[in-house]
Amino acid sequence: MTNLRDETGPYFGEYGGRFVPESLIAALDELEETYRVAKADPTFQLELAELHRTYTGRPSIITEVKRFAEHAGDVRVFLKREDLNHTGSHKINNVLGQALLAKRMGKKRIIAETGAGQHGVASATAAALFGLDCVVYMGEVDTERQALNVARMRLLGAEVVAVKTGSRTLKDAINEALRDWVANVETTHYLLGTVAGPHPFPTMVRDFHSVIGTEARQQMLDEFGFLPTALAACVGGGSNAIGLFHAFLDDEDVALYGFEAAGEGMHTDKHAATLNYGRPGVLHGARSYMLQDEDGQTIESHSISAGLDYPGVGPEHSWLKDLGRANYRGISDDEAMSALRLLSQTEGIIPAIETAHALAGVLKLGKELAPGSSILVNLSGRGDKDMETAAKYFGLI
Amino acid sequence: MNGTSKTAAALANNRDAGQGSLIGYFPLGYPNLDASVDAAIAMCQNGVDVLELGIPYSDPVMDGIVIQEATAEALANGFKLKQTFDAIRRITEAVETPVLVMTYWNPVIQYGVEKFAEDLSDAGAAGLITPDLIPDEAGEWLEVSNRLELDRVFLATPTSSEKRMQAACELSRGFAYAVSTMGITGARTEVDQLARQVVQGIRSTNTNQNAAVGIGISTTDQVKEVNEYADAAIVGSAFVKAYQAGGLQALIEKVIELDPKK
Ligand SMILES: Cc1ncc(COP(=O)(O)O)c(C=O)c1O
Repeated sequence: MTNLRDETGPYFGEYGGRFVPESLIAALDELEETYRVAKADPTFQLELAELHRTYTGRPSIITEVKRFAEHAGDVRVFLKREDLNHTGSHKINNVLGQALLAKRMGKKRIIAETGAGQHGVASATAAALFGLDCVVYMGEVDTERQALNVARMRLLGAEVVAVKTGSRTLKDAINEALRDWVANVETTHYLLGTVAGPHPFPTMVRDFHSVIGTEARQQMLDEFGFLPTALAACVGGGSNAIGLFHAFLDDEDVALYGFEAAGEGMHTDKHAATLNYGRPGVLHGARSYMLQDEDGQTIESHSISAGLDYPGVGPEHSWLKDLGRANYRGISDDEAMSALRLLSQTEGIIPAIETAHALAGVLKLGKELAPGSSILVNLSGRGDKDMETAAKYFGLI
Repeated sequence: MNGTSKTAAALANNRDAGQGSLIGYFPLGYPNLDASVDAAIAMCQNGVDVLELGIPYSDPVMDGIVIQEATAEALANGFKLKQTFDAIRRITEAVETPVLVMTYWNPVIQYGVEKFAEDLSDAGAAGLITPDLIPDEAGEWLEVSNRLELDRVFLATPTSSEKRMQAACELSRGFAYAVSTMGITGARTEVDQLARQVVQGIRSTNTNQNAAVGIGISTTDQVKEVNEYADAAIVGSAFVKAYQAGGLQALIEKVIELDPKK
C-alpha cells in the first residue's frame, strides 16, 4: 500500500475536487502551479522556515500536563503549544506560507474569511508584515462574539466586513470571500484559512500546517523516547487537526481522534458535528461531508465556539473517516467550557474554546485507553479572545 | 453538439429572422411557487426566448445581492427541490419557450444526477445551466445529458484559457455562457469590453457554439449591443428587481422593454 501521507489531491478518495465557477479556475491553476514550484524550491522553504523561526516563534514547545492528566484516567497528556505562536494560534503557519505565495504571484491584495477571528488576525498580521492590502470577511454573529479580534484586525490595518447574509457565521463569510474573489481574482489572493475549499487549498493548507506534526513527532521521540498512543485535535474545517495528524498518518500504532463541536448536544439539532451527522455533498468548492437537508441545502451549524461553527469539513478528513484511519467524535458546549476551566486551573494555560473541545475529548478518551497510554493534543490556540464568552458563561464579572 | 438542442433552435430562429435573442432568469419559488410559475410564463409570453429558471440554493456564490435575497426568500417560504419538476411541467404546458434550469450542483447530487436529469426530461425542460460545475467534474452529467439529449450550459470567462474555452464550447449544448465581466450577478452600468473578448474566444474555437452573454445586463441598450456580436443576452437581476418593485406587471413591462425583437 502507498503511504497515506503521500496523497496530494485533488481528490482524497471520492472527496475534494473543484466545484467552483469557471471564473476562478485560472486563479486556482496559477496558485497550484506557483505552489508546486515553491514547494520544490529550497529558497522558498528556507524563507518560510526563517520566518517561522524569527517571527512565528517556531518550533513550538511540548508541555506535559500532569495535573490536568489526573482527570483523564491513567494516561500521560502532552500539549503541542501552537497557542504560543505569534498571534496566538496555529493559523499563522498557513498564513505566512500563503502570503509568500501571494507575493510570488505579484498579488497586492489578500482577502480572508474568519470565524473565531484567529485566521483573520493572522492574515491581517501577514498583510502588515508584507505590505499587502487586506480585507477580512466575518459573519456578523462572530464579529459580536469575537469583538476583541475585530479590534485587533482593524488595529493591524485590515478592513473587516461584517457579513449579514445567511446564518451570519463562517459559512457565509466564505461565500462573501468567494464572491469578492470572483470579482477581483486578477489582483487578489484568497487566503483561505482551513483545509477546505477547492484544490489546491486542502493540500496546500495541510502542507503548511504539517510542520506541527513533523515537529511534534520528533520532539516526542527526542524528549520522551516514544510516540504517543493517540493524537487529539479539535475539528472545525480541520486545519489544526490535519496539521498534527499528517506526519503520523502512516504510524499505524498511533490512533487519531478529531473532536467536533456537538453544540447543545449530539441528540439535539444544534451542533456542528459534520463528520458524525453529515452526508457527502459539495460545499465551498469541494466534495466532503457536510450538514445538509434532503434537498442539499446547507443546514446552519451551532457551536459556542466561532471557529468550529461550520457545516463543512476538509475533504481529507472525510477520506480518513471513511478509511477508518481517524475517529471523529462530538463534544458539547458545556463539556468544552468545563475542560477550558480545568486546564486553566490545573495548569495555568487558558486555551481557546475551539481547542477546549480537544481537551474535553482527552478527558473521555483517557479513560478508554489502556493504563499508561499517552495522548498528544494540538493546543491550537490561546483563550484571550474568548474571555468575554467565558466571563459570561461562568459569571466571572 | 447542437443538433437536437431546443435552446439552439430557438436562438437560430431569431438569428435567421435577423433578430437578437433574450434569455431571462427568474427564481423558482419567489416570492412563492405559484407566483414564480406565473411570472415565468408571463416572461415567455412577452418576449423571453429562452427561460432560465433558477433553483434556490442556500449558498449561491455566483449571485449578487438581488438574487441572493430573492432565493433566500423562496427558501424561507418553503421551496422544496421536488416542486421543480411540476413547476416546469406547468410552464412547458403553457408556452413553447425552452426552459433551462439554473442550479448549483449540490442539490442535483443529493437528488441523484441521473434521476434529476430524467425528471427534468420528463417535465419537458430543455436542460441545465450549472454555475459551479466545471466540465472537469461533470462526468456523470455529461453521460446522462447525452443519453437524454438535454441541453447543458458551461461557462466561458475572461480568464478561461484557450483550452478551457474549447472544452466549454465542445461540451455545451444550446449555448456557452459568456461571462461578461469578472464578478457575480447584478446590474452594472457598463457591460465590459471583456464580453466581446469572451465571445471572440468562443467564436475562435472550432465548435460553432452559440455565445450568450450574461452577468450585469439590465438595459435595452446593453441587450441590443450584446446582440450585435453574440447570439443572445442573458438578464437576471434586472427582472427580479422589476418584480420586487412592481410585481408581475412591472416584470412584464421590463421584458417588453428589453426584448430585442422589434
Ligand atoms: C484556536 C483555533 N483552533 C481551531 C480552529 C478551527 O479551525 P481548524 O479546524 O481549521 O483548525 C480555529 C478556527 O478559528 C481556532 O482559532
